[in-house]
Amino acid sequence: MNILLEIQNIVLDYGAVRALDAVSVTVGENEIVAVLGANGAGKTSLLKAVSGLHKPTSGQIIFRGKDMANTPAFELAGQGIAHVPEGRRVFSTLSVRENLMLGMYGVRRARDKKQLSAKEERIYSLFPILKERRNQLAGTLSGGEQQMLAIGRALVSAPALLLLDEPSLGLAPIIVKEIFEMIQKIHKEEKVAILIVEQNARKALKVASRGYILELGRVALEGKAADLISNPKVRAAYLGGGMEGCD
Amino acid sequence: MTLLLEQIINGLTIGSFYALVALGYSMVYGVMKLINFAHGDLFTLGAFLGYTILASTSGVVTQNFGMWGGIAFTAAIVGMSVALAGILVERIAYRPVYPSGRLSLVVSALGMSIFLQNSIMAIWGARPRAFPSAVVPYARFVIFGVHVTVLQIIILAVSFILMAAIWFIVEKTAFGASVRASALDRETATLIGIDVRKVIFFVFALGPGLGGVAGLMNGLYYRSISFNMGWNYGLKAFTATILGGIGNIPGAMLGGLLLGIFESLLAGYVSGAWKDVFVFIILIVTLIFRPTGILGEKTAEKV
Ligand SMILES: Nc1ncnc2c1ncn2[C@@H]1O[C@H](COP(=O)(O)OP(=O)(O)O)[C@@H](O)[C@H]1O
Ligand SMILES: [Mg+2]
Repeated sequence: MNILLEIQNIVLDYGAVRALDAVSVTVGENEIVAVLGANGAGKTSLLKAVSGLHKPTSGQIIFRGKDMANTPAFELAGQGIAHVPEGRRVFSTLSVRENLMLGMYGVRRARDKKQLSAKEERIYSLFPILKERRNQLAGTLSGGEQQMLAIGRALVSAPALLLLDEPSLGLAPIIVKEIFEMIQKIHKEEKVAILIVEQNARKALKVASRGYILELGRVALEGKAADLISNPKVRAAYLGGGMEGCD
Repeated sequence: MTLLLEQIINGLTIGSFYALVALGYSMVYGVMKLINFAHGDLFTLGAFLGYTILASTSGVVTQNFGMWGGIAFTAAIVGMSVALAGILVERIAYRPVYPSGRLSLVVSALGMSIFLQNSIMAIWGARPRAFPSAVVPYARFVIFGVHVTVLQIIILAVSFILMAAIWFIVEKTAFGASVRASALDRETATLIGIDVRKVIFFVFALGPGLGGVAGLMNGLYYRSISFNMGWNYGLKAFTATILGGIGNIPGAMLGGLLLGIFESLLAGYVSGAWKDVFVFIILIVTLIFRPTGILGEKTAEKV
């Protein structure tokens, strides 16, 4: 498998706080990789480093063979990295359609009108509810719908790599189930690699092929998803032992 | 009835100055969450630049382009120059202090205002300047007994065209959507490929550009301009911004026009000396009872 993204030994600081300490993660073309960890482990920081929002203190981020360290964040969207931020962050006073169209902002010059409107239709066919609500303000959507809109807004730019930051956060279990089914569908049909960050380890490891466990800014464990699921340490710390029957 | 109509037309004229200046406050606030106190002085700068172009060149501009052509030419130069000044204000007074927080920004904004006002005084002097009658159109006409000047009609037309253009750009274009998105959430805007620096550049160029043109029109309308007039206009336009709902573009326009009409009716029917007092009563009452203004901040409640 070809490597799409290679994060090598990155260190990331917020002033005196070291959020990531020599973290290395790779994502292959068309692969789903999960990064798991407790609150404050550095998961969001890792994704922010990849999308350029917070430049690492040291280390390299190589995407499609190119070092992205000096590329400004807003240009990365146009180069095939799409980031669905933690908490969805839809533009609440813009309409659903405006939110979607803005997702193409980074690529609008590289594509013609036909391609763009085909992409818009494609998102509506993945998420029919968004089409129904396209003229509504995004802030009036339910949490699950907002998550779909945030994913749609990222997908509409036809990225090679989709970064998902805790897509299950704050959603009811039934909605979480739906979102994860959607993620699998998107992965299959859109030919996009996914780096997903989650506290919901069980769900994330089910869709991923490989996983990393972050603890206090360091990779504590990495391996095949199936191996991680059966690893007793992981079970104890992240899969909540006796909760197996829950889903 | 005639007096009422005249006062309303006068009010709309003054109101359109307030509205144009208020737009600048509101756009900058929307994106930066910063009240650009130097904005009123950029308005003054527009008036003085216009004065210099039209008057100090001993009528060269007017002779070459005709009276209206000369004014249009001057407005274009003033708009561009004050837009440039706005960009410089952002670079010099705001950008270096963004990391230091909002209080530092407010202090820096006040400092910039004082600096601009004193610079204008140093260049053009402390005494008021008057636009010479040779460069100011005086044609007027009477409909249904109401006196209207051609200049008033032009001011109203230009203001409404500018406001409609801004409304269209901000509400109906992809770039406008990127401006609104940046105002809501800069980090996410960056993630989807919006260059927020461009948006900041746009609001700091366009707001002052409009304010500068308003300053010029104000000078032509009242003929007399002074270095410290930006303070008063700044406060009035700021009141208009709050009245309409800060950060809300149509609100700024509505607030400006309403304030102008209100002020003009007060001057006509109550007392000119008291009008400023009432304006600030409006500001205080709005802040106490409806701090989000008439149109308010757009909010989307979850259903
Ligand atoms: N903007 C920030 N300023 C200072 N510290 C931060 C900031 N963002 C995150 N941190 C710190 O960095 C560490 C990692 O945070 P984060 O990446 O958000 O973790 P996670 O997403 O796994 O919950 C935490 O200790 C957090 O307090
Ligand atoms: Mg996080």
